[in-house]
Amino acid sequence: MATDIIIHDKKDNVGVVVIEKITPKQDCACWIMEDDSSTNIQSVDEIPLGHKIAMVDLKEGDTILKYGHDIGKVVKSIKKGEHVHVHNVKTKKW
Amino acid sequence: MEIPNSFLGYKRENGRAGTRNHVIILPVDDISNACAEAVANNIKGTIALPHSYGRLQFGADLELHFRTMIGTGCNPNVAAVIVIGIEPKWTKKIVDGIAKTGKPVEGFHIERTGDIGTTMKASKKAQEFVMWASEKQREECPLSDLWISVKCGESDTTSGLAANPTVGNLMDKLEPLGVHLCFGETSELTGAEQVCATRGATKEASEKFMKTWGSYNDFILKEATDDLSESQPTAGNIAGGLTTIEEKAFGNFQKIGNCKFIDVLEPAEEPTKGKGLYFMDTSSAAAECVTLQAAAGFNIHLFPTGQGNIVGNPIEPVVKLTANPLTVKGMGEHIDCDVSKILSREMNLSEAGDELIKTTLRVANGRLTCAEALGHREFVMTKLYRSA
Repeated sequence: MATDIIIHDKKDNVGVVVIEKITPKQDCACWIMEDDSSTNIQSVDEIPLGHKIAMVDLKEGDTILKYGHDIGKVVKSIKKGEHVHVHNVKTKKW
Repeated sequence: MEIPNSFLGYKRENGRAGTRNHVIILPVDDISNACAEAVANNIKGTIALPHSYGRLQFGADLELHFRTMIGTGCNPNVAAVIVIGIEPKWTKKIVDGIAKTGKPVEGFHIERTGDIGTTMKASKKAQEFVMWASEKQREECPLSDLWISVKCGESDTTSGLAANPTVGNLMDKLEPLGVHLCFGETSELTGAEQVCATRGATKEASEKFMKTWGSYNDFILKEATDDLSESQPTAGNIAGGLTTIEEKAFGNFQKIGNCKFIDVLEPAEEPTKGKGLYFMDTSSAAAECVTLQAAAGFNIHLFPTGQGNIVGNPIEPVVKLTANPLTVKGMGEHIDCDVSKILSREMNLSEAGDELIKTTLRVANGRLTCAEALGHREFVMTKLYRSA
């Protein structure tokens, strides 16, 4: 089965696009590496290969989890299916 | 896959084995580059290692300079060395350090002779060395003679998903077979430093790691004029989907698989605690990091990339792998091992690890890397602070 999005860990609230790009309102097949399970999500934005998609609604101040770990904070609220990147997430370091 | 228990390498006088058989012309300092390059141009089959430093350095910075110079000459991928410096004293210090390996080494200083006279004398010796080295044959060496260093570059999210875990899978398979392994990139573990510290094989190793990371982080915070955007992560990282240093760090950290590190090394420090995984305090800049690992004696390097870093090293072959299908398509001439099928789930991690082991052994046995074929010889000294 084709996989559009890979999620590292069950706890993660973002997934990574692994096809050339996903388009708005695309029904995407997601694979969770940790326990080899599957899920689905409908995209909101166009998102290119390697970029992240929000798996849930996120509000300012929330923590982004990837690899099951804290990788930064939300600085602008994000809806499920939207593109997650430098425009809405910042480091907690430096 | 059954892993071969040997490779074809060059046995050296001190018991180490090389994957390459270079005769190098090593300048002690920046102003000796011209002479070193003239010698390498005269004598075919030798390579000059020009660099930017070596004058008026002092303290720990000077010690690191000497350690890098001597370590580069001592690397088992090097058969013989010509050292050229402006002054006799530092030239001799480097010659004496390399001579301890038992390999042929001779030094020349330029003062009182000039470039032309020095080039002539050094060229005659270099010719003798290269003709001697050309008769060396590859012999069967135990797999444990491989010293493998790793560093990733131009990373993107495919690095953390697939290319770096492929290196981790290789480490998990080769560590029990007695190889030496080394990872570095102190600043690029920021965000994952606590998790990394738990991977010390002893309490002492974990504490040493946290002290090393803390000191580097203090330095960055002191010197930083902004939030390091476009340095960490780089613009290339961001284009590839990496958003924060923490995300990059957890991706980076996948390279060590489930291994535990037995010691923390100073930059360019040779490991002395036997087989196993070491952490080295290095910059995360590709050429600086690989130069330091080569100077510590590592004889083959694995370099996972996402967006396509093209770095090489003059003495340590750099094997590139990527999981990004766009990088394979757009710049395939730089990629030694394609693991992009992990993303489409046509290949699992263990299969990718096996592919990387096969590629590593072919390169160890003599196959040129992409970076070697393309002439990448980046030799970059790490400088700790201003010269006097």
